[in-house]
Amino acid sequence: MSNKKHTVPVVQKILSVNDDLATRNRAQLDTLGIHAINIMASPGSGKTSLILRTIESLASQIKIGVIEGDTAPVTIDSDKVSKLNIPVVQINTGGECHLDASMVKTGLETLNLHEIELLIIENVGNLVCPASFRLGEHKNIVVASIPEGDDKPYKYPNIYRGLDALVLNKIDLLPYIEFNRDYFKDGINALNPGVRIFELSCKTGEGFSAWTAWILKDILGC
Amino acid sequence: MHELSVTESLLNTACEYAEKQDATKITILNIKIGKLSGIVDDSIQFYWDIISENSLCEGSVLNFMRISAKFECNACHTQFEIDAELMPCPNCNSMDLATIQGDEFMLESIEIEKVEDE
Repeated sequence: MSNKKHTVPVVQKILSVNDDLATRNRAQLDTLGIHAINIMASPGSGKTSLILRTIESLASQIKIGVIEGDTAPVTIDSDKVSKLNIPVVQINTGGECHLDASMVKTGLETLNLHEIELLIIENVGNLVCPASFRLGEHKNIVVASIPEGDDKPYKYPNIYRGLDALVLNKIDLLPYIEFNRDYFKDGINALNPGVRIFELSCKTGEGFSAWTAWILKDILGC
Repeated sequence: MHELSVTESLLNTACEYAEKQDATKITILNIKIGKLSGIVDDSIQFYWDIISENSLCEGSVLNFMRISAKFECNACHTQFEIDAELMPCPNCNSMDLATIQGDEFMLESIEIEKVEDE
């Protein structure tokens, strides 16, 4: 008997466990005819405002459910959604900087999925980590906002890649803040050639109808 | 920022493959890490030393192969690497770019010890 050394080829993506679980979440959603969108952004960009206004605009036409991700055990966002009589589950990530597929799986087990056509997943406010973890979503959306500055696609390219749509929020602040829209859009287009960009204000409602029309047509096929 | 969960995933994957081989110890993990993966290898090393204790990986070495970020211009097909922030094609200034490499974050292979009959 002797101790021998060997090299064992592995060649496995390190996050493949998450990817596999995300694929299973997606299959479950597909079976039930639910379309899921993953909303990512930095804190304060207006993710929750976008979700609330989207609910107000569309709740009379489609059945919506929400998964709220936060790093701390707070229910500020889910309380706001709940007030609109929309099924919602709050996930506390326990300090983790992103939602992952297993957390979303837990969320799916909590919601009554037969009452949902559009599932909105609000990811943890963070421009870095959520990009690495697939959840089982159908569409990935990043919300950017005017006060964050026009250089964010260049500084955080990972989160801005592989998007299905980009929402540029708070355009009502353009008169007060220096923001080069062409420079910003060039960065977005470099990372996602031809991606839809919705310039809107969740506060005034300007530009909002194009966003909701896109959800109805391109996501739900209405 | 999420290196702890990533490091746990790395540990589980390595141990799973080593157990299949009846390994007594994992000595080296060869990891490919792309510039665009957003993973900080120093952080992985930090967590590794803590969470690999009392596992097959205790005392093992993490060997990182760093992969640069490379793009191809869709307009003129020039290929170029970036070091820092995203930039337009150095040849024609187009921003219509495709990613060629830099996304990688893989466990390529492990080196193990196992007891064998002479």
